[in-house]
Amino acid sequence: MTAAFIVICLVILASGIAAMTLRNLVHCALSLSITFAGLAALYLQLDAQFVGFAQILVYVGAVAILIVFAILLTRGSEPGRQSIYSPHWLIGVGIAAVVFAVIGAVILSSKALVRPQAPAPEVGVRQLGDQLMTKYVLPLEVLGLLLTAALIGAVILAMQEGHSKRAGGAE
Amino acid sequence: MDWVARNLWLIPVLPLIAAGLSALAKRSQRRFAASLAIGSMAIGLVLSCRAFASAVSHAGTELARQTVNFRWFQLGEGWVKVGWVLDPLTAIMLVMVCVVGLLIFIYSTGYMAHDENFTRFFCFLSLFAAAMLGLVIANSLLLFFICWEIVGLTSYLLIGFWYHKPSAAAAAKKAFITTRIGDLAFLIGMVWLYGQAGTLLFYDNGQGCLEAPALASLAGQITSLGIAVSTGIALLVFCGAIGKSGQLPLHVWLPDAMEGPTPVSALIHAATMVAAGVFLVARVYPLMALAPAGSTGASALVVITWVGALTAVFAASIAVAQTDIKRILAYSTVSQLGFMMLGLGVGGVGVGMFHLITHAFFKALLFMGAGSVIHGCHEEQDVRNMGGLRRFMPITFATYAIGMMALSGVPIFFSGFWSKDEILHAARNWPVTRWPFYLGVAGALLTAFYMTRQMMYVFFGNYRLVLVKTTGSEQRMVAHGGVPAGEHPHVELPAEPHESPGAMVIPLVVLAFFSIVLGFLGTPAWPWIQSFLEGEHLVSGWNTGVLTVMLTSTVVALTGIGLGYWLYGRHPLEAEHADALERWWPNVFTLLRRKYYVDEIYEWVFVGLNAWFAKACDWLDRWVWDGLVQVIGALVVGIAWVDRVLDEQVVNRGFDETCRGISGGGGWFSRFQNGRVQNYLRALGLALAVLVVLLIWGCRAS
Amino acid sequence: MTPLHGYLLISALLFAIGLAGAVTRRNSIIVLIGIELMLNAANLNFIAFWRFGPNPEALTGVVFALFSIAVAAAEAAVGLALIISIYRHYKTTDLDRVDSMKG
Repeated sequence: MTAAFIVICLVILASGIAAMTLRNLVHCALSLSITFAGLAALYLQLDAQFVGFAQILVYVGAVAILIVFAILLTRGSEPGRQSIYSPHWLIGVGIAAVVFAVIGAVILSSKALVRPQAPAPEVGVRQLGDQLMTKYVLPLEVLGLLLTAALIGAVILAMQEGHSKRAGGAE
Repeated sequence: MDWVARNLWLIPVLPLIAAGLSALAKRSQRRFAASLAIGSMAIGLVLSCRAFASAVSHAGTELARQTVNFRWFQLGEGWVKVGWVLDPLTAIMLVMVCVVGLLIFIYSTGYMAHDENFTRFFCFLSLFAAAMLGLVIANSLLLFFICWEIVGLTSYLLIGFWYHKPSAAAAAKKAFITTRIGDLAFLIGMVWLYGQAGTLLFYDNGQGCLEAPALASLAGQITSLGIAVSTGIALLVFCGAIGKSGQLPLHVWLPDAMEGPTPVSALIHAATMVAAGVFLVARVYPLMALAPAGSTGASALVVITWVGALTAVFAASIAVAQTDIKRILAYSTVSQLGFMMLGLGVGGVGVGMFHLITHAFFKALLFMGAGSVIHGCHEEQDVRNMGGLRRFMPITFATYAIGMMALSGVPIFFSGFWSKDEILHAARNWPVTRWPFYLGVAGALLTAFYMTRQMMYVFFGNYRLVLVKTTGSEQRMVAHGGVPAGEHPHVELPAEPHESPGAMVIPLVVLAFFSIVLGFLGTPAWPWIQSFLEGEHLVSGWNTGVLTVMLTSTVVALTGIGLGYWLYGRHPLEAEHADALERWWPNVFTLLRRKYYVDEIYEWVFVGLNAWFAKACDWLDRWVWDGLVQVIGALVVGIAWVDRVLDEQVVNRGFDETCRGISGGGGWFSRFQNGRVQNYLRALGLALAVLVVLLIWGCRAS
Repeated sequence: MTPLHGYLLISALLFAIGLAGAVTRRNSIIVLIGIELMLNAANLNFIAFWRFGPNPEALTGVVFALFSIAVAAAEAAVGLALIISIYRHYKTTDLDRVDSMKG
């Protein structure tokens, strides 16, 4: 439990709560980015450097931007005087609390987690590439397929009505 | 077997064919119908005479009785056989029926000449002749019964020939129903006999029911009442004879049967049909005569004798007070039938049948003479309106006198004397008791008396009917059942009595001849008929018993005639005078005139009983059975109502409530599905937590 | 309290926060953000277990986390496309209004 760990944890938690509670959606997205960045820092601390950089690249660089785009595209006439929380927000919080309590109890009472710390592994990009191409080549290809499908699907989903509208407008 | 014995069936079948063809003939084809009937009867007479000759030639030998039997239909495992028989009894009856029948057929052509239903009359007559002849030759009790019933049917048809008359229709019904009562007992006896003996054939090479083996078995069995089976069967069969021959108590139909035309009365109710009852007793005589030792010892003949004797006196007493010419003769017939039964009971087949034969002839003669009188007096039938007719109708008078003397038993020359004498002689020698003899003598006295009375009324004195020219509204007094003379198409006024035409008179003469001659065939010196019938040679000869009886009956007959003459014949009878007897004993006379009120008693008892029973049944039907049906109907309606209520309230409502509950429950459940994703997420989260806890606890526990 | 416990607790807490937001907020994009948070918490779990696990040389946890990131990205793209499509139809991103699947 070093001080760096505690600081990063606090940042993560604070931005996470902020992402969940802020009214302005863009603020939420930005808070989310900060959370992602904090998590990347934790990964670096855990000697998973590549994952940390991938986290920054993908999450902060793509997902968060995507979310901002979506927010901007779906911004309607919602200045929002009404509550941003659904009427049953207390139940939701309660459930989340219960879930946390259960997991926490499990973690704290587990005997399997008490073991000596292993030395820091030698994790380079090269080893990772080797692993990906030999042991995990199949999941990699499937992932490629999945990404392709997701891409096409997203395009189709978001395009359909716009296509007909554009088609009607172009004539 | 003789040719004629083999073809005996022709004798009844020819009149049957004649009847069938006459039925198809038109009303205008009178000569056709009459010639068919008379022709078939004539051929039947020829064949009967041939058969008679054959029977005479075979008399006393083993061929005395020739039978032809054949199978008719299958009943269970055995066959019911029928057939015909030619023996002395059959031969004599055949000749008698054919002769009398033929003469009456000829007579009818004259009598019914003015009737428009001439053809129908001859059709029925032929049918009757066929049935009667079939009855005579029958060798099986079943065939006998069938012909018996057909004879009863034709009697009904002929009595009610003038069916427009209500009295005639009622008389026909009465005849049929009364004889039916006797026939019912007859049928029961017949079935019992079949059950016991296994066959209804009379003579069948030792297996018939009148032959020794069967008789022995019947006599040997005793019924629960103490009488032998044979006696029981004999009595039941005799009941049929009581009905058909008009014995007491079923005699009531015979006088009313005079509603029919006179030829019908002559043929059916004097000579032949009523004789069928006597013939039945003669035919099954072996059964009747059985007196088995084990039972109470009496045979059926005792009952027959007493019934006959009582009937003889009873009917003769009623005849004394009647005023219709045919009704007097009708009661006389009943009385003489009683004599015949008496003769059969005490003397056997020969004695009874002898009287039957002689009676047939002179009674037919008397009836036809009465018909001639009625015809000559223009359909007048009340003797009080006649008188002095011997001047107007001499031939009729002469033949009627011969008949009357034969009936009364005037000695020597008249057949009735000899036949009645045989009966009285046998009655006097009866071992059981002499009372039937005394009753017979009383009956003979009464017979002579009422016949003389009738003769005096009809033929002597002055013609009493007031002759009135029927102009305007004045009409003559109408007699019983006749057509008022004013409508008689033939008569020209003044309506004087006249002699009848030849077709009616000639048969009278022929019958008168036979009434004299036949007696000589059965005298005690030469009892030819009795020997012939009994099958053995009888000579009783002139012993003291015979002479005593002859003297007694002569005295009785002359006394009766003398009394009748003294009361009725000394002074010419006047129309407005009451009857002599009525003046002397008015109460007795009224009793006799009203026939001992037997008809009234019957009506009050039986008809009343029937009416009461019918009312009771009606009440039962209306209230009990119908009530039951109504109750059940109401019950069903009630059940249906309850069912409906149950169905509507319980089942339907229950079902509806259940459905509503389900739909309500479903509705309540569907609130969970509010379409909001976050709700689902919450549920997921909660479920996850719960599941994890359960799993961990489960793991921890194990 | 090992470091592993610490990391795990953090990840659990982050997961709970993400869950709370996902089931509480009205806006569907915030729900998606919450889901991303939950996914990230899981990733952290993986890496923590990898680091403090028995065999870090096998790189199993790292590969897993990488794949998770990739899939999460794809899922975020599709999810957002869906939200846009729903927004076009319902003219709102309020999840409480999108209830036409109501039973």
